[in-house]
Amino acid sequence: MRVPSESRVVRAMDPAVRELGPTALEDLAAGAWILGAGGGGNPYHSLLNLRREMARGFRPRLIPVSALDGDDLVAVVSTMGAPLVGEERLPDPAVAARPVEVLAERLGRPFRAVMSLEIGGSNALQPFLVAARTGLEVVDADCMGRAFPEAQMTTFAIAGLRNYPFCLADVRDNVVVVERAASWQWQERLGRVAVTEVGSIAATAKAPRTGHEIREHAVHGSVTRALRIGAVLRDARLRGRDRVEAVLEAEDGILLFAGKVRDIARRTTRGFLRGKAEIGGLGPDEGAALELHFQNEFAVAFRDGAVVATTPEILCVVDSATGEALGTEVIAYGQRVRVIALDCPAALKTEAALELVGPRAFGFDLEFRPLFPAG
Amino acid sequence: MSSMRPTRAPPAALRVGVDVGGTHTDAVLMAADRVLREVKTQTTSDVTAGVAAALDGVLEAGADRVARIVIGTTHFTNAVLTGAGLARVAAVRIGLPASASLPPFCDWPERLAGRVRGLVTQVPGGHECDGRPIVPLDEAAVAAAGEQIRAAGLSEIALSAVFSPLDGSGEARAAEILREVHPAARITESRHLGRIGLLGRENAGILNASLRPLALRVAAAFRDAVAAAGGRAPVFIARNDGTTARVQDAARFPVLSLSSGPTNSMTGAAFLSGASDGIVVDIGGTTTDVGALRAGFPREAPREVEIGGVRTLFRMPDLLSLALGGGSVVSGDGTAVGPASVGFRLTTEARIFGGGALTATDCAAAAGWTGIGEPALVRNLAPEVVRRFERTVHGRIAEAVDRMKPDAGECPLLVVGGGAFLAPGRIEGISRVVTVPHAGVANAVGAAIARVGGEVDRVFHGVSREEAFRLAAEQARARAVAAGADPGSLETVEREDLPLAYLPGDARRIRIRIVGEARTP
Repeated sequence: MRVPSESRVVRAMDPAVRELGPTALEDLAAGAWILGAGGGGNPYHSLLNLRREMARGFRPRLIPVSALDGDDLVAVVSTMGAPLVGEERLPDPAVAARPVEVLAERLGRPFRAVMSLEIGGSNALQPFLVAARTGLEVVDADCMGRAFPEAQMTTFAIAGLRNYPFCLADVRDNVVVVERAASWQWQERLGRVAVTEVGSIAATAKAPRTGHEIREHAVHGSVTRALRIGAVLRDARLRGRDRVEAVLEAEDGILLFAGKVRDIARRTTRGFLRGKAEIGGLGPDEGAALELHFQNEFAVAFRDGAVVATTPEILCVVDSATGEALGTEVIAYGQRVRVIALDCPAALKTEAALELVGPRAFGFDLEFRPLFPAG
Repeated sequence: MSSMRPTRAPPAALRVGVDVGGTHTDAVLMAADRVLREVKTQTTSDVTAGVAAALDGVLEAGADRVARIVIGTTHFTNAVLTGAGLARVAAVRIGLPASASLPPFCDWPERLAGRVRGLVTQVPGGHECDGRPIVPLDEAAVAAAGEQIRAAGLSEIALSAVFSPLDGSGEARAAEILREVHPAARITESRHLGRIGLLGRENAGILNASLRPLALRVAAAFRDAVAAAGGRAPVFIARNDGTTARVQDAARFPVLSLSSGPTNSMTGAAFLSGASDGIVVDIGGTTTDVGALRAGFPREAPREVEIGGVRTLFRMPDLLSLALGGGSVVSGDGTAVGPASVGFRLTTEARIFGGGALTATDCAAAAGWTGIGEPALVRNLAPEVVRRFERTVHGRIAEAVDRMKPDAGECPLLVVGGGAFLAPGRIEGISRVVTVPHAGVANAVGAAIARVGGEVDRVFHGVSREEAFRLAAEQARARAVAAGADPGSLETVEREDLPLAYLPGDARRIRIRIVGEARTP
């Protein structure tokens, strides 16, 4: 299945193509974990797979959106399921590639490249798993610019693009193709039923996108952003610099709060991990409290009862000691943390977008007030 | 969770605790909550002789009245860290077609994998998160793997299965088949060790399998030592979670005793000081371990713990280690302390003992924190060097303590270990710094008082939270009793639940731990 090495040489001539080495993939995983906003799943197992693939000679290639022709077809991939299930049913490049192969067969034409549904968390590495088996190039883009819990929370859905066909595959060679779905919400509902049935984890390929659609409606440069954040973290670690400060500086981020987690409450409703974490201030924030609400990802932050940040801007909780991002599933009583905000793509802040990804989409009756000015 | 220390009535019989460390072997004889006798000896390369010597010292007064002897040891940690004494392991994972691309050993450092990896086999089977099989267990493939393992001359098998903490039938059936075709094999089943998290649980199982021949030798040496010292009481081995197991059970699960040293320090410190919650600092010759106590037990590490570079997921104490101790070498200006240490050569190499190295103990003596050695030998140390040393050492310990605290509220700090004098007398956020009585043998005390426990960590579907807790408690109680606990003394020391994202129905993961006093024959 792998692309013969000659074609790799030809591709390498194209200056727009970047070949990523082992360090870059480590950086990508670290940066994606930050952009996951507490969700998206830990990329560790996908990274392990890629280390093994690279040891066997796999060299992933990243292309900018500008390298796509208008009618090129691109596969949009992700793993759908419960993070805890992913701790036992580990990601596998062969399974990740399966829905892409099936869709290509049904469409009767090959994909030009593959891209991630979401750059936040383990799905950032999904197109690279697919690439390891199919030889496809990876597009430097995604359609969330972060992680979100549901399939309709994408720039493609916001733009009203077609939501089908959708393909899902499991390890046993069960493949489901949703030929048509009445809406993105229906696609999400049908997908969830199928995922649950095959063990609450499956590889998916969402509706294929053309080069034109990606140019107009995808979040461009998101792989580069994750790579950059990962490189900043690595560099800060090597120099013994404060890693959180380094990320804030590189990304023009905002330090919202520093303190210790003093309470955490979680509950599952309709298949999502919801809850809130309460952080008691330390240092400059002594005496204040930050309440962080989450639905898989961190969604809204209240400081002493007043809203200070909301989705779709990226809220991230980082361990003060290690600089490691903490997921909503592992954040625990007693951890010393810093809460930071990073900007999200402008496409998520339009009026139409906020209906799908703003605070109201997560059940908070709040206006979105941007922390980061437009432009 | 209830705090149990103050209400706990210690049994009347005498108890002996032994801690075999890298340098010292300590032993204590205890009656109820009193230390009757304590002995410190050098650890010897001949395990039996060293332990027997330590036991001699405490058993001479009434070996007949001793109800049990609990031994904690660093043998297993040392084996993993050095790679010496580890056996080759055949890893068999049940779960195909799931998780195929990441086989057993896939995240091990090559240094250790090269010594431990025997055969690696993956066979079809395993379960879903809701309890359905992924595919039926391929029994023929298991049998074929058993034949291959026997032919390769391997006798240690580590068995794992996808979602085995949820449904252990795959591992149980495969173990049965493997025993039929390879009767001499010793089999470690991952579900007996770890939680949900395939690679971490499997890695713990492989390490366990690799340690079993050593564990059998150590267990036999301990029994011989007890017999040689005239002891007739049953022998128990201390475990990572502050509980203990009969020597024959412990030899089956050596990984559960990997970190018993730091754990025993903490439980011993809690017992000796009467505090059940707080932070414990154990300052040794080369390192300082900082841990947290909850209801008299060490707080468990919430996530994977690396052992010798292997990522594992099972019951380990949550520890923060600093390269700082009484033997740490201090820079000439007093600003850098450690990581280099003179270690056990302190009494010959430190200035205060006439040696040439400037150590933390020398600076502490100059500051008047300890009366060790010959004070005249450190009198010429400049006061500003001592002041800088104090800022460095107290600053690092205070920061580590603060990081391990459960919240911003005040709690006590318990200080143990030979380097206890290095701890600051006051730390912000610490209500009081307690220098624990008998601090030098706190880990032997921790071993002596350890109880027997049972744990359950599994996902429940379609039952209420209360019902799930009830079922889990029932199973944990049964496990504690099977491990040797007195059914009349059981109590719950930990219970928590985590609802699971995406799973259908009212799915929740429940973890519960129940402990009791060891049954005496």
